[in-house]
Amino acid sequence: MIGIYLTAAVLISGLIFVNRKRQVNKLLVTLFIGVQWAFTIYEYYHKGIVELNYFKPDALAILLLATLSIISIPALFHSYDYIYPEKDNPKTRSIYYAAMTILIAAIGAAYLSNHIAVTWIFIEITTLSASALIFHRRNSGSLEATWKYIFVCSISLTFVFIGILFLSIALGHSGEQGLYFDALVNQAANLNTFWFKLAFVFIFVGFTAKLGLVPMYTAGIDAKDKAPTPAAALFSSVLMNVGFVGIFRIYAAVAHSSIHGWANHVIMIAAFLSVFIATVYVLKVKNIKRMLAYSSIEHMGLVMLGLAAGGIGYYAVVLHVILHAFAKSALFFQIGQVYNIYKSKNLYYLGSYFKYNLPGAIIILIAFICVTAMPPSGLFISEFYIFTALFKSGYLFVLIPVLILLTMIIWAMGKNFLKLLFTPPVNFDETKIEKVSHLETFSQFILLGLVIYLGINPPAKFVNLINEAVKNLIF
Amino acid sequence: MINVLLITFVITLLYISIANRLLTYVKILAFQGILLFGVAFIELIEINPVNLAFILLETIIVKTVAIPMFLTHVIKKNRITREAEPFVPNFVSLIIVTIIIIVTFLISNSIADTHLDKIYFVVALVALFSGLYIIISRKKIITHVIAYVIIENGVFILSLAVGNEMPMLVNLGILLDIFVSVFLLGIFINKVGDVVKDIDITQLSNLKD
Repeated sequence: MIGIYLTAAVLISGLIFVNRKRQVNKLLVTLFIGVQWAFTIYEYYHKGIVELNYFKPDALAILLLATLSIISIPALFHSYDYIYPEKDNPKTRSIYYAAMTILIAAIGAAYLSNHIAVTWIFIEITTLSASALIFHRRNSGSLEATWKYIFVCSISLTFVFIGILFLSIALGHSGEQGLYFDALVNQAANLNTFWFKLAFVFIFVGFTAKLGLVPMYTAGIDAKDKAPTPAAALFSSVLMNVGFVGIFRIYAAVAHSSIHGWANHVIMIAAFLSVFIATVYVLKVKNIKRMLAYSSIEHMGLVMLGLAAGGIGYYAVVLHVILHAFAKSALFFQIGQVYNIYKSKNLYYLGSYFKYNLPGAIIILIAFICVTAMPPSGLFISEFYIFTALFKSGYLFVLIPVLILLTMIIWAMGKNFLKLLFTPPVNFDETKIEKVSHLETFSQFILLGLVIYLGINPPAKFVNLINEAVKNLIF
Repeated sequence: MINVLLITFVITLLYISIANRLLTYVKILAFQGILLFGVAFIELIEINPVNLAFILLETIIVKTVAIPMFLTHVIKKNRITREAEPFVPNFVSLIIVTIIIIVTFLISNSIADTHLDKIYFVVALVALFSGLYIIISRKKIITHVIAYVIIENGVFILSLAVGNEMPMLVNLGILLDIFVSVFLLGIFINKVGDVVKDIDITQLSNLKD
């Protein structure tokens, strides 16, 4: 099935690229969503069956694949309204859709891959297609963002490749078979410690470019700022999860070896620095999209803290990445409407959003509660578990500074979001206001509803899948 | 013989740290391609002939001919000034690259592993770190691309060290090469020329907080 899926994705994206009629594009995009959902449902019922030698839909892959399928529907459909009418160029539009289809398919395949080199190839493809999306506006700002994204991601992927080489040295003579994630977990205890440590550091640093952690986080920020909002929604949710999958799977192997404690310290340092840097910038930035991008970095830092803490933290991190993907993508979709009304991303020129777009303002209010992890947000549950895990494993000296930093982030985000909602804007001409469709907020209500529902009252199947995803780590 | 080739490779890195003109950089890249051809030929002679031919052709066609020719074309087409314009004096660069070599050498001495030929490890890490150093110490975007290709060459050397057991990894490294340096950076550098006339990172520093 994955063969059919990838072929169909390449075919559809090729057709979109060749055929530039608006209606045909829309039809093909709808077709792709159908294929994506058929694939997700098929993999759900064929859990754990290896396909094409390299792909294995395990519980984690299925959970994230379902997240991807849910978010890809609004991402693809909302794109129609974000492509400016005055600049509606058939060529750039078809490139945009072709790149987005390829991006979604590559993300899906990277989730399912059971071989580290195959994961690496698909992540390389996501870099490629994402850069086409960032370059969509074709001005000097998007050019700069694209250049930085390509360069930092290429260097990071080179790091991952060096890590894979060190891993193969650590494996010694067991050859290519040892690079399957399953085999790595089984053999981890017998690996050469020195090379395994080196491999882990290089792979971890490389994947942080996608995940958005400290050494390589910079590229993602500019990309999320300059990409069209539906693409930015994908970057800060499902594309970050790709980096998470890479680190999570290699961590599952590390957890079975003697370097487990050492790796926890490495992850802890990177995660704490990420939360710290996110706080510094959230307090400082004036651009609302960049503020959200830094907030994503904070969330991924928390996820990594949970991973390093262990225990119930493992359950919490999987829950957290899924819920964060829903909440953050909803917020990014809404920021697209904010930009359409005010024609600015600078917080100084935004304000009185309740007056101009009521449903959108309600979305912003709920989303603010959701991303800052206040109850009833599902992220509250996962963050609570993460902090419990940190407390139980004796990381109190990490937990207290992190809580202080989070309070500062909540203060800064509250200040900015409430300004957007209630304070009158500066120099804003009300007569030229652009009508935005209220129907567009529908998808965001559903996404935010999922954040609350899955956190407070998770279905039994969902919980079982998460428990199965982390069963490798708890032993 | 391999040792001679790899040591020559390290010497080219020292030379690149003091080189002044962009065309010298490009010529050094071509020379490194020839060196890698030699290393790959001697090291991988026992693997499947088709695969060997593929790898050797890649070193000759892509690394030695295509990338240098393409970079020369870009330099001429965009009328980039011939100086490399480093931020630091060449003498300092030379000292730093020498320190990188010495430190890597000392680190490698602490490894007690008979499985791997240490010289590959040393040369690959030296190429990686000098490449990163050149990226942060030079001003032009085109020198960043050149430094990235140097890093790629280092990775290629490291992949040769495990190439006898896992030729797949060497092929993957080649995939990285072709995808990134030719397809992505290639198309992109041309685009940079269309939007911004003089390619200089000082013009790409507006996005910040």
